Amino acid sequence: MIAQTSILDGWASSFWLALAVKTAGVLGFFLVVPLVVGYLEHKVLAHMQARLGPMEAGGFHGWAQLVADGVKFVQKEDVVPAAADRIVFSLAPAVALIPYIVVLVVLPLDRNLYALDLDVGIFFVMAVAGIGVIGTLMAGWASANKYSLMGALRAAAQLIAYELPLVLAAAGVVMLAGTLSLVGIVEAQRDLWYVVPLFPLFLVFMVASLAELTRPPFDMPVADSEIIFGALTEYTGLKFAFFLLAEYGGIVVLSGIASVLFLGGYLPLPGLPIPGPLMMMGKIFALSFVVIWLRATYPRLREDQLQRFAWVGLVPLSLVWILGVGFARVAMS
Amino acid sequence: MSSYYGQYGVVLAVALAGAGLVAVAFGAARLIAPSRPGIGDKLVTYECGIDPVGEGWSQTQIRYYIYGFLFVIFDVEAIFLFPWATVFEGLGYAAVVEMAIFIGILAVGLLYAWRKGVLRWV
Repeated sequence: MIAQTSILDGWASSFWLALAVKTAGVLGFFLVVPLVVGYLEHKVLAHMQARLGPMEAGGFHGWAQLVADGVKFVQKEDVVPAAADRIVFSLAPAVALIPYIVVLVVLPLDRNLYALDLDVGIFFVMAVAGIGVIGTLMAGWASANKYSLMGALRAAAQLIAYELPLVLAAAGVVMLAGTLSLVGIVEAQRDLWYVVPLFPLFLVFMVASLAELTRPPFDMPVADSEIIFGALTEYTGLKFAFFLLAEYGGIVVLSGIASVLFLGGYLPLPGLPIPGPLMMMGKIFALSFVVIWLRATYPRLREDQLQRFAWVGLVPLSLVWILGVGFARVAMS
Repeated sequence: MSSYYGQYGVVLAVALAGAGLVAVAFGAARLIAPSRPGIGDKLVTYECGIDPVGEGWSQTQIRYYIYGFLFVIFDVEAIFLFPWATVFEGLGYAAVVEMAIFIGILAVGLLYAWRKGVLRWV
């Protein structure tokens, strides 16, 4: 593994300038891309479900819908229920949001365009991305609402069940790449994207990502017909919007990690000289589109079906596949 | 050594910037958003429109603790798996067989839990 340095270090002469540029870059990325994915969700769902509402605002194709939503959220009164634990209630959106910003630090957009190439990259991603659920738990507990509490516990149980398939699928990739660094993992796929030899693990990773994000068909924590809106029931205005932003941020992060692990990250398709960052963004948006597509396609699973699916289906499948990869890898070396 | 930990400075900076972003946004919302507390019943806990029954911090049956146990066991295994995954190739079949035995023992535990019926909704 040749140690690369980020292009951002080359530009900036001093350590502090480089730090400022990287921080601004990560924050800017987080403020733009998840919103674009949110916009994508409006439009894709509007088309798939023949909804006319999101097609009105602003005239052409309802381009101003997201702006209108933002203005609406800011204008809403910030209601904290009288029974709620005020401090925890207000901190929860930040705890849900910030981990996804931090994960973006290690996401490479090109061979030399990243904020940080950690030697424990994928481990760092798994560790930090798991913190977000504490925000949901805080929200559910602090709301002093039965439905919020149930939704938060469901979210936590779901994270517990699906963190394992997610981590095991990532471990399979690490076994082939021989490194934990995200740039190293992408570089190891120069010959063959890992989605080919590790296709079952790719499916496991995507399913587990959906469950981690509590996206349909795994959205029992916010099942509106059972528990109103789960942990977010009591939230209004900007705090609610921040939870939504965390969800879209999560989609971007997990699509990005899935691209890096299985789809060759910034590597172009053979014969197509597309610049790395464009390729990476294309893959992120393609996977995000799939995530949104599934929302329009599948009904919600039941809570116990969800748990069974993880423990009886995904965990044994990934364990078996990991061992298979291990033997194959040693046999070929 | 200091430069190794120094690289985590970016992580810290981004975390702080994220906290700053949230603080600025909430501060701005405080200035822009209307605030008329106490009008009507809006501070009452929301339970689909009817008056709340009992308090929110009520006892609920948590069926997840057994999953919690299983999770801890397998997550510890996953932590062993990562350092092993980076080096096993040079160690040959012995390393793979050892990991297979380790995973096998845990899989028997999962099988036991499954046959005991704890993975089924009570």
